[in-house]
Amino acid sequence: MTNAAAEPLVTLDDVSAGYQDVLVLHDVNLTVRQTDFTGVVGPSGAGKTTLLRLLLGMLDPVAGSRITRPDLRVAYVPQLETVDWNFPVTVMECVLMARTEHRVWPWPSRAERRDALSVLDRLGIKDLAERHIRELSGGQQQRMFLARALLREPHLLLLDEPTSGVDVNTRHDVLHLLGDLHQDGMGIVLTTHDLNGMAAHLPHLVCVNGHVVAEGSPREVIVPSVLEETFGARLEVLEHLGMPVVVDSAHPLRSAG
Amino acid sequence: MDVLLEPLSFAFFQKGLLVATLSGALLGFIGVYIVLRGMSYIGHGLSHAIFGGYAAMQLFAAQLYVLGAGLWGIASAIAITAVARRSRLGADAAIGVVTTASFALGVALFSKFGSSGPAFDNALFGSILGITNTQIVWLIAVMVFAGAVVFFRYRELLFTTFDPDVARASGVHVARIEGLLMVVLSLSILVTLTVIGVTLVAAMLVIPAVVARMLTDSFGRMLAISTVVGSACGLVGMYLSYYAGVPSGTMIVLVGAAVFLVVLGITTLRRHSHRIIVDDHAPARATVKA
Repeated sequence: MTNAAAEPLVTLDDVSAGYQDVLVLHDVNLTVRQTDFTGVVGPSGAGKTTLLRLLLGMLDPVAGSRITRPDLRVAYVPQLETVDWNFPVTVMECVLMARTEHRVWPWPSRAERRDALSVLDRLGIKDLAERHIRELSGGQQQRMFLARALLREPHLLLLDEPTSGVDVNTRHDVLHLLGDLHQDGMGIVLTTHDLNGMAAHLPHLVCVNGHVVAEGSPREVIVPSVLEETFGARLEVLEHLGMPVVVDSAHPLRSAG
Repeated sequence: MDVLLEPLSFAFFQKGLLVATLSGALLGFIGVYIVLRGMSYIGHGLSHAIFGGYAAMQLFAAQLYVLGAGLWGIASAIAITAVARRSRLGADAAIGVVTTASFALGVALFSKFGSSGPAFDNALFGSILGITNTQIVWLIAVMVFAGAVVFFRYRELLFTTFDPDVARASGVHVARIEGLLMVVLSLSILVTLTVIGVTLVAAMLVIPAVVARMLTDSFGRMLAISTVVGSACGLVGMYLSYYAGVPSGTMIVLVGAAVFLVVLGITTLRRHSHRIIVDDHAPARATVKA
């Protein structure tokens, strides 16, 4: 990695933020670099999506400051559940939405189509370019949005629950794909509530519950005390193949005997 | 053939036919964005709000009604946004309050200072009588403006319609694009008001777009089909209005509703037959996505 890659892309300094009169996050200090591959974990309503919106610049802090690198190019992959899959667009039309700047004509140029097909090819869905978005499987939908994000050639990629509602194989595929993109030099931040399936595989985690409870490697963060403060429940942590594994012991199973 | 040619011997019908066809095309074109954004209620509300301005201008400066009603419509749109943002009311409640109040004001002004005769009815249900060349010029100008906005802002409009949050995150000025669309919508309602009528404009914003949506999965084709369906409804509705002796707006909307029912029937049957064919060849639990 170059020195430029290690420079902060976004810095949140004592930031508080929320919607209307409700404060969702307070006193957040966080720095995101191009070298980061970070998972934001926390229960529902903890402020994970709010943190993403702060990093994206879609939400302004009510206190504290957000500093972004002047030339920062950021791309965002939304939750699949928030999308209208009946919307009348093909995969290609959806991917080309990423190229809105400096456009005069409505139709794509040859270079734009070539770039879009190249990204779709890399993600293994080039053959689906002219399909309607409703015809895609969950994993293909996720890849399509990744393709749209990659077409922006971002320094930082933000994903909201990228494995929510997809099967185990798709989750592995997405994780490996993100790993490859990170290897190529892209900063990645994603939210997840999937501690074992997703978070334990990421090199850096941020635990959130109205504020940043802890951040660090999975080994540093996936410990009972941090999990209890984050999720409000006692969770047992075991080790399996060198990975921390979280066991929900808040409601122990009744003994068979 | 005489049935088609005979009404054309009247100058008022020629103008009416032209305006109805162009109005249907314009509303069908813009309606695609309104339907896909779930803004049908805004179209309905804005047309009623603009009636307040239309009524006021008819009474005090009729020749400036486009300007006055246009400003009134924009003021209503701002008021809706302000009420929705500053209170805990949703946008739909804000539209309900602001636009019906504006409509009621228009009715009150007409009743107190004007007459509740033909002018009032014409504003509500549309009329082909008394269409001036100036109105035709305004209509064509708004069509050119709407076409230019969609042409030069095609991808931003598509992106903000499909996914405004990601569009904003990708650097699109969503508020500016939405504002531009509201201006186009207000102007479109304004210039089609006289022939379609306040109470029926919203239907012509919605019906052609919904028909087009049932016929295609492509956004570009939906724009084209909706425009053609809208203009065809305007054309056929005008002839039926002439022969039935009822207000133009009502017939245009009824033609649209009939087209909607026919297309709904055909697409439902087609989907049903497709499902049966697939089920014949598939395992018991196979389903076909709608």
